[in-house]
Amino acid sequence: MKILVKGGQLVDPSQEINEIRTLYIEDGQIKSYPRGTKELEKDPSIKVIDASGKIVSPGFIDLHVHLREPGFEHKETIRTGCMAAAAGGFTSVVCMPNTNPVNDNASVTEYILLKARTEGVVNVFPVGAITKGQKGEELSEIGEMWEAGCIAISDDGRPVMNSRVMRHAMEYAKAFGLPVISHAEDLYLSSGGVMNEGFTSTMLGLRGIPNASEEVMVARDITLAELTKTHLHIAHVSTAGAVRLMREAKKRGVKVTAEATPHHFTLTDKAVLSYDTNAKVNPPIRSKEDMEAIKEGLNEGIIDIIATDHAPHTEDEKKVEFDLAPFGISGLETALPLALKLVEDGILTLTELIRKLTFNPAQIIKSDRGTLKLGAPADVVIFDPNKTIKVDREKFRSKGKNTPFHGWQLSGQILYTVVGGHIVFPT
Amino acid sequence: MVFERKHILGLEELSSDEIRLILDTAESMKEVSERDVKKVPALKGVTVVNLFFEPSTRTRASFEIAEKRLSADVLNFTPTESSVVKGETLLDTARNLEAMGASVIVIRHAMSGAPWLLARELSSSIVNAGDGFHEHPSQALLDLFTVREVKKEISGLKIVIVGDVSHSRVARSNIWGFIKLGAEVRVVGPPTMIPRDIEKVDVRVYYDIEDALEGVDVVMMLRLQKERQESGLLPSLREYSRFYGLTRERLRLAKEDVIVMHPGPINRGVELSSEVADDVHSVILNQVSNGIAVRMAMLYLVASSGGNA
Repeated sequence: MKILVKGGQLVDPSQEINEIRTLYIEDGQIKSYPRGTKELEKDPSIKVIDASGKIVSPGFIDLHVHLREPGFEHKETIRTGCMAAAAGGFTSVVCMPNTNPVNDNASVTEYILLKARTEGVVNVFPVGAITKGQKGEELSEIGEMWEAGCIAISDDGRPVMNSRVMRHAMEYAKAFGLPVISHAEDLYLSSGGVMNEGFTSTMLGLRGIPNASEEVMVARDITLAELTKTHLHIAHVSTAGAVRLMREAKKRGVKVTAEATPHHFTLTDKAVLSYDTNAKVNPPIRSKEDMEAIKEGLNEGIIDIIATDHAPHTEDEKKVEFDLAPFGISGLETALPLALKLVEDGILTLTELIRKLTFNPAQIIKSDRGTLKLGAPADVVIFDPNKTIKVDREKFRSKGKNTPFHGWQLSGQILYTVVGGHIVFPT
Repeated sequence: MVFERKHILGLEELSSDEIRLILDTAESMKEVSERDVKKVPALKGVTVVNLFFEPSTRTRASFEIAEKRLSADVLNFTPTESSVVKGETLLDTARNLEAMGASVIVIRHAMSGAPWLLARELSSSIVNAGDGFHEHPSQALLDLFTVREVKKEISGLKIVIVGDVSHSRVARSNIWGFIKLGAEVRVVGPPTMIPRDIEKVDVRVYYDIEDALEGVDVVMMLRLQKERQESGLLPSLREYSRFYGLTRERLRLAKEDVIVMHPGPINRGVELSSEVADDVHSVILNQVSNGIAVRMAMLYLVASSGGNA
């Protein structure tokens, strides 16, 4: 497929480009930035997209997605998850290993990649489990999973509680250049908790998860990253204290990066006031002070990327007592409009925002994507940042309709998503 | 004033006028309970289901008597074994009861917020008979009723709530109720049992029971669950009782006409000594009898409210 994207505002932080520029895609690659397009437009085999007044950027990369397959296909499949990603402007997703069976060996990795090649419309990069069965005890066959295509290791959804196991995992991962993604949660401190601990949990009579549950583990893992000199990536930062620890670690030159999710920088724990299980998520949505600290962290560059922690569940699973509902928010299809609010509020420039959705996540997983350099894979998104939309979960491509943003009026609409030179959205 | 609510879920959402209306209605209901024929036809033809997911003899019995005095058709449904074990969800269980004609569902559930789920999804009136650590409106209303009966006026009183406030729905509902009616509320207990940020609702927090008792009009003791020791919140019941138990000597720090309340069942010798439980200051049995009148008022008001018209 040949595509000519004409006259859009091309924003590519990897090359410091932010100007009106035409883009030409051929053979699945970024082929050229043509000046005159008359000749090309005459060629009937070229699809011409008029992007005037729109933003053209590298396709987004989501470093934190639960595709649920294998094992939980009623919640999401690789096919539906990829469709949701494409609808959200994501051309690559990194999928977490808490499937059933757990992605803790090369055969599961191969299965995911095979499914992704045959049924997925975006690039899928699996994360291997740190420990067998995510039990936090014995290391998984990390080398073989790396050979099979895993780009990081994590026990996401569960922390590695044993510090010695975590230390060895970080040391071992270094041999393969894999970053270690930490789901920072002290299970003893969070035990039984279903929401943020604070005034709201007191009022609702729900068990709280204190900020300290995240912060003691962020502190531990920073210390271990220093000891092992391995790249540590902190998933879904939710507290002011975690941002403070990150700031201090980065200042000292520790190899550590971090992500924040749209729900953590958009909502406060008041979102669960009516026992809305669609706002039940782990780590929980926290106080206003925490939310502001995350925005500051994004602004200062302490938080490197935006990731969704897309965690689809069925409506039946969520329509139960708050204590019984599973944690998670379906996030792929609301990420861009929520993130654009950061630009509107002056927290990030559009270029900085796009960097956190493209080039920075690509760097963390050492991918050649997240850029519009000539010769790079043609992963491109075209969006209108000013178009008003109303979030309608019934229109989600994801099987997970579990969003606390249903009915919200936001700005930002994805117009085209191109993966490897093919238009995958709209379909 | 007309009661507009279809449900009574908690005291947090009730206004002071609504609380007063319930208490005033309960006074007429108490008068019914003192007649020879303790029955009025107010809820004739109305099916009320007591849906109790947690064992509770006294609250369930009190609701049942209240329902019968109002001439309702009563069904007690205790899905401890049948449906829950078979994996039926709360909503499905409740929808089945509604399909059988229940128009008022009185629910007791171990998980906070369960009555809100029913109120959102069903068309019946929901009365919360206690949810998790959250609210226990009928208990707080009967406590308010009892205090008002003895002290005539709640505004200006000093109340102290003693014990495991963190895990207490009785405490939360009473805090809202007493604050809304103008009382000063104190809580006291070991710091492991005082919930985060409780002082933000204008409650004074104490860790020393003797300081907390100074000059109070009402002492409300909470029941201590024995599991709290196992979960590491307490070293032992013995130590708890030494530092937070109510004794006659400690009670002297309060006002002379202090009253002592307890939602029951009492652990004698743990929360309060036997002598205090049976003391002239104790209104524990008044609480129990007033419970019926207050529950009659709640049921009557939701069943005949604007929300159900």
